[in-house]
Amino acid sequence: MQYSAKVMDHFANPRNVGEVAEADGVGEVGNPACGDIMKMSIKVKDNVIVDAKFKTFGCGAAIATSSISTEMVIGKTLDEALQLTNKAVAEALDGLPPAKMHCSVLAEEAIEAAIDDYLKKTTGKGLEKKKAPSHEDHHHHEPDFRPN
Amino acid sequence: MEKLYMDNAAGTPMHPQVIDAIIPFLKEGFGNPSNIHQFGRFTSDAIQSARESVANLINAKANEIIFTSSGTEANNFAIKGIAAANKKKGNHIITSAIEHFSVLNPLKSLEKSGYEITCLPVDKHGLVNPDDVKNAIKPTTILVSIMFANGEIGTIEPIREISAVVKAKNIIFHTDAVAAAGNIPIDVADVAVDVLSMSANQFYGPSGAGALYVREGVRLLPLIEGGVQEGGRRAGTENVIGIVGMGKAAELAKSEMPQRAKQIQKLRDMLCDGLLKKISHIHINGHSTNKLPGNLSVCIEFIEGESVLLFLDMQGIAISSGSACTSRSLKASHVIMATGVDPALAQGTVLFSIGRENTEEDVECVLEKLPPIVERLRQMSPLYQQK
Repeated sequence: MQYSAKVMDHFANPRNVGEVAEADGVGEVGNPACGDIMKMSIKVKDNVIVDAKFKTFGCGAAIATSSISTEMVIGKTLDEALQLTNKAVAEALDGLPPAKMHCSVLAEEAIEAAIDDYLKKTTGKGLEKKKAPSHEDHHHHEPDFRPN
Repeated sequence: MEKLYMDNAAGTPMHPQVIDAIIPFLKEGFGNPSNIHQFGRFTSDAIQSARESVANLINAKANEIIFTSSGTEANNFAIKGIAAANKKKGNHIITSAIEHFSVLNPLKSLEKSGYEITCLPVDKHGLVNPDDVKNAIKPTTILVSIMFANGEIGTIEPIREISAVVKAKNIIFHTDAVAAAGNIPIDVADVAVDVLSMSANQFYGPSGAGALYVREGVRLLPLIEGGVQEGGRRAGTENVIGIVGMGKAAELAKSEMPQRAKQIQKLRDMLCDGLLKKISHIHINGHSTNKLPGNLSVCIEFIEGESVLLFLDMQGIAISSGSACTSRSLKASHVIMATGVDPALAQGTVLFSIGRENTEEDVECVLEKLPPIVERLRQMSPLYQQK
């Protein structure tokens, strides 16, 4: 398994780490037991994401996807940001190892969760059609022997 | 950039004397050992001498050593070979939750083909309880396979007590000694082990060379069939270079073991003390005393192990996150999980494994470079802020 130079760049020099002051929307996705949690906070002005920051507990790919997805959504309208797919995030990083594709899914979900939170706060109603949480599905769970 | 290797559990650098022993065989060791001409005799004599050295390492007889391509092959051979040879006697096999995948996965295959597997738990130190082994034995039990020591957390199992329980019932006892052999004393004449797996690259020999000790009289069916090499138990033209290297490594391990272990353990303890002093919220895995000398596995709270590994790698320091073999899988190490560590904490597992080439300067370097990395990752972690 080898990370691309772009992944390593975003991992070693992550952009937009932290929390947006007086955030308009905050989304946290993932599960520590699965190895990654992403917390995304956004600032919204006139329906446009003007700032985004992240905090991530996770592997190199999780940190890199968090970093690049903040860059990708800043300046986008909420609708545009919701169009962002995990595939686009992975492509922007020049690809991810197959076993790490779930990290890009997590990034997509974190953005969506932050926007959902923003909409709930401002309109009292969250996203109508939330994409099904797919994070778990992207883990390949081999059946294990359980101590008996 | 400097290069600092502290991942000896994944594989050790070859001892310079092992390299010296191998070189003539790179040039002249092409003769097929099965041939009786001088070229064949040259390599078959070398294999025989290596067999004696490997046997001597664990106080076995030379004819009880079968060379394999790896520790993984030795484990597969032991499990599948014994299961097949004892099919008529029973179908029950006992193992532990912290075995290497080269034991667990063959057992999973056997389970699919009708064998019954009992997988015993371990305590928080990673120890198997011999009473659990005793209670798990049934009339259909044909094999007990419990590792000698665990490479991920370093815990040395109570093999003497376990073997006493198993041999009292006249059941075959296999132990995966890949992490242990060459690093701590093993005496198969003293502790009743029937079958034992080893790997040369765990004690400064080459990769691609392993061995299975099979006590005289224990029957197992071959995994690899073909010619009559290795007494008809492991076919295929011998890996002369690997075997010669393994023999030399075994000889050196036997003579240098006390000195090596002392030096390595001193460095390990120095690293352990330093980490505890410099990093808060850090937990040591494994047993405090029944432990391989070079092993230091820790769980660092609020962060994930691979990130630590990558940052250390950027500074030239090579370590493992959990097991070298599990770092590509997404799950926290099954070994760490079996010791009851919280799943989130298990994600922060980092393994330092010290070897004979490491120095005090190496330890100081890790102690200098690691704390800022941990701090940086913690500042990035949503778990840290919530505390």
